[in-house]
Amino acid sequence: MLRLPRFDFATPTTAAEAAALLADPNAMAVAGGTDVYPKMKRRQFVPRTLVSLRRVVDGNISNGDGVRIGAGATLTAIAEHALLREQYRALADAASVISTPQLRNMGTLGGNLCLDTRCNWYDQSLFWRKAEGYCMKTHAEVVCRVAPSSARCLAVASADTVPALIALGATATIANVSGSRQVDIVELYREDGINYLGLARGDIVTEVRLPPARGWRSAYLKLRERGAFDFPIAGVAAAVRREGAEVVAARVAITALGSSPKRVDAASEALIGTRLEDEAIERAAEAVFAAARPMDNTSGTIAERKRAARVLTARTLRSLRE
Amino acid sequence: MTDRTLVALDVNGQRYEVAAPPHHTLLEVLREECGLTGTKHGCELGECGACTVLIDGAPVYSCLTLALESQGHEITTVEGLATGNELHPLQTAFAEEGAAQCGYCTPGILLAAKALLDRNPRPDRAQMAEAISGNLCRCTGYTAIYEAIDRAAAAARSK
Repeated sequence: MLRLPRFDFATPTTAAEAAALLADPNAMAVAGGTDVYPKMKRRQFVPRTLVSLRRVVDGNISNGDGVRIGAGATLTAIAEHALLREQYRALADAASVISTPQLRNMGTLGGNLCLDTRCNWYDQSLFWRKAEGYCMKTHAEVVCRVAPSSARCLAVASADTVPALIALGATATIANVSGSRQVDIVELYREDGINYLGLARGDIVTEVRLPPARGWRSAYLKLRERGAFDFPIAGVAAAVRREGAEVVAARVAITALGSSPKRVDAASEALIGTRLEDEAIERAAEAVFAAARPMDNTSGTIAERKRAARVLTARTLRSLRE
Repeated sequence: MTDRTLVALDVNGQRYEVAAPPHHTLLEVLREECGLTGTKHGCELGECGACTVLIDGAPVYSCLTLALESQGHEITTVEGLATGNELHPLQTAFAEEGAAQCGYCTPGILLAAKALLDRNPRPDRAQMAEAISGNLCRCTGYTAIYEAIDRAAAAARSK
């Protein structure tokens, strides 16, 4: 049996209580557990205390001026939500192509936002990693095994919902012991495989807010090895707002093509003022191709994933034509 | 850290009160403390589906669910499908269609299929493929499995 290491299990009921527990550097938050538990079984994470967020964050999805989604909402709840499917399609699409039905019943939006970065040298059993001599992500004294001269860890951002949320202009609410704050989703991430989240110890993502969707259309497409289970090896989300046929606002974002998800502003600029003609889409796709910086550390070659970034951008944008 | 803690699980309509290590998963506690070995351990990392059980009717991976967190929920394992000596229509259909070879993935697939039919009594092939996309079978291929689900759905409708 591949057993979990021993840990203390804390079940706080308020964000302040959870934040206080998470101030301990040996504590780690867990929501659905779909990424935390496999990583604990492989001893990539060995927290002394696990802090369950189940009683801290809710899973409600409500709409008023825009939509508010509790960080505890399951990926299934998001994928199946009628309003999200109709008005925030990029997010519903992204949630629906994560892993498998079982995992989507367990995994949460907050968990996907905080998903650990991935790498072929890191996502391996303890036995494998020990035999290979570990890597920079778990052992600071070891060089990056993907690019030994790299000053930083190159592990890959792999959350599907994040580019969708960036394209939709979402914000996240972060709670800690002293209160809460709103952060633009794109500001949550850092181009660093180790310190990939711009969160301080004790910060908890409690909800996501989407602005009103009037006039916007959005979509998300990913490339993965199989039609289920697999993390993206390239992912593109796009949202456009049109007046008549003309694009008046646009956001394009990518995942799995670097250590952080990125908003590609050059792609948005290539679309504004156009009617989503083939040439405009081609320019946006080229901008995404240039912004995609995959490394040789997950499935697919660098060239395939860069090409996928261009193709997925064009397909995503074409799907947004009326 | 205590060695064992009391865990109360509601499995297949029956209450199990067992002393289990608190860091053990639902899969481990079902098999090792409750004696319900119908739920299989495969990859134990959420990448194969052999350990699928239903929690409040929804399929989940029991290898990535803590037993502690499963308390207060209704758990269904493959042992809960038959009624006495009468097999569930899915079990009968799997036997009749030869939808199992080694059988290791079968308990998980039966539960994923049950969750599908409970929501959608007339699924098409694409919906079946989606419903069991979290369960790997490495020997029969999936055609016989789809045909068995079809057959069970038809049998349930004709009742």
